Amino acid sequence: MTALTDLTLAGMQAGLRAKSFSATELANAHIEAVAAARSLNAFLVETPDHALAAAAAADAALGKDEALPLAGIPLGIKDLFATKGVETTAGSAILKGFIPEYESTVTARLFAAGAGMLGKLNMDQFAMGSSNETSAFGNVISPWRAAGSNRPLVPGGSSGGSSAAVSARLCAGATGTDTGGSIRQPAAFTGIAGIKPTYGRCSRWGVVAFASSLDQAGPMARDVRDCAILLTAMSGYDPKDSTSIDAPVPDWAAALTGDLRGMRVGIPKEYRLDGMDATIAALWDRGVEWLKAAGATVVDVSLPHTKYALPAYYIIAPAEASSNLARYDGVRFGLRVAPLGGSLADMYEATRAAGFGPEVKRRIIIGTYVLSAGYYDAYYTQAQRVRTLIAQDFAKAWEVCDVLLTPTAPSAAFASGDKVDPLEMYLNDVFTVPSSLAGLPAMSVPAGLSDTGLPLGLQIIGKPLDEAAVLNAGYAIERAAGFTASPERWW
Amino acid sequence: MSVDAATVVRIAHLARISLAEAEVAPLAAELSAILGWVEQLGEVDTAGVAPMTAVMPITRAWRDDAITDGGVQKAVLANAPQAEFGFFAVPKVID
Repeated sequence: MTALTDLTLAGMQAGLRAKSFSATELANAHIEAVAAARSLNAFLVETPDHALAAAAAADAALGKDEALPLAGIPLGIKDLFATKGVETTAGSAILKGFIPEYESTVTARLFAAGAGMLGKLNMDQFAMGSSNETSAFGNVISPWRAAGSNRPLVPGGSSGGSSAAVSARLCAGATGTDTGGSIRQPAAFTGIAGIKPTYGRCSRWGVVAFASSLDQAGPMARDVRDCAILLTAMSGYDPKDSTSIDAPVPDWAAALTGDLRGMRVGIPKEYRLDGMDATIAALWDRGVEWLKAAGATVVDVSLPHTKYALPAYYIIAPAEASSNLARYDGVRFGLRVAPLGGSLADMYEATRAAGFGPEVKRRIIIGTYVLSAGYYDAYYTQAQRVRTLIAQDFAKAWEVCDVLLTPTAPSAAFASGDKVDPLEMYLNDVFTVPSSLAGLPAMSVPAGLSDTGLPLGLQIIGKPLDEAAVLNAGYAIERAAGFTASPERWW
Repeated sequence: MSVDAATVVRIAHLARISLAEAEVAPLAAELSAILGWVEQLGEVDTAGVAPMTAVMPITRAWRDDAITDGGVQKAVLANAPQAEFGFFAVPKVID
């Protein structure tokens, strides 16, 4: 029999209903896997009691054949989601010891659907990073290693605890969040699937804010079907989030066919960068053939403002962050550093200096700069105008195609410590940021391996609210690619 | 765009982050590099283009003008570094 930790989420659902194993057995197998993998530093907090309580409830319900959709499924939760009674830090020292008195809407939905929580997953501090090297609680180490090397690799970021945990089979599914690529890039780096839905699909209520016009939650799992199952459970209108979309939530998993007849796939020429990694270019070409073989027609499209997406993002996201993170002032929650005899202003400055990591400070200061008097129009307003043009590029593409196919990231995972220049790190998000700026659904699917045996992903971008097409195209790629590689256990 | 040390100190103060002396110069160099890079946005002709204000065009739902929450003083104060007499406590602000 397959080890319980190797099962997909759909496989767990089937096994539980067939009574091949109990939810308690399933939870215990994962709790043990989590405890045995502490060297990956993927979990900041382990919550075996939560997972076991959900499992006990599931076993009782399964006995009466009235189980909830995710009954007894143990999940990992990114530490950006507020979890009632369980420490939530967003990977930052400034929130060390913060125990929310409330539950985020997304986690509340998952738990109401029967899922249990194995623990809180490490991440780049305030979701600012692409490699999980900015967490105040240590780097997450990818379970993957390049062929013939023992160098620790990054799991991507910012949802790097999530990607490492799912890839290492510590949980079948995890929540992630994506502001400029933080679900898709780590999914690509670790050979798993992940989808950022349309902006507004998943409530942001109770998700620690980074850049509110971009932040969007989504699932990460080992295959497309599992992502679809989780996304259905996570999505839905929430009056507590003023940007939440009031639209029906489809049963996305039930609609997966892999049959793409009638679908038009656009290939944006601007994504073919000068000096692009040859393996990634070849994989992209293979992806085109796979989609054709599944019945799709392929068209070349142009998104002329693509090269301006990253610079626009690195104005807009820090600007919003500088505003959002003003709340960490040492007054209502989190760290307080009050110099002896100092004023209130001294306390603010000392608290924030001690509590924020270097990347967070860098972005708050950039954001403050671009919003400051005299610079606002030149930087922030111009970036928001460019953002309109980027969204219009996509809208124009949708006149001739239904989804877009691109690589997810410009390279495979790199080694910890290899990228120290902030600008070089930002370039990781070159393929994922444009769709974030336009609020579009986009997913990464594992599609192949690099020359050194590391996972590579392909990205599918869709029209607003058309997660169905994104998932179905992803499903077709997944079936054609037959990606079965998994990290060899060394931890 | 080159950002000098005095500007870094001024902006950090606006952001209420105190910087150690040694942090200023490296930060000035990093900010200069990042701002130099984002300046390419200036090449884009945006005449007549409205700045984006919402990625998804949605109309907000109306709700009743009713109190739906509250009475949770203990929960609100539960994570406060210092709370006294049912309030958040801070260093003295008036002499």
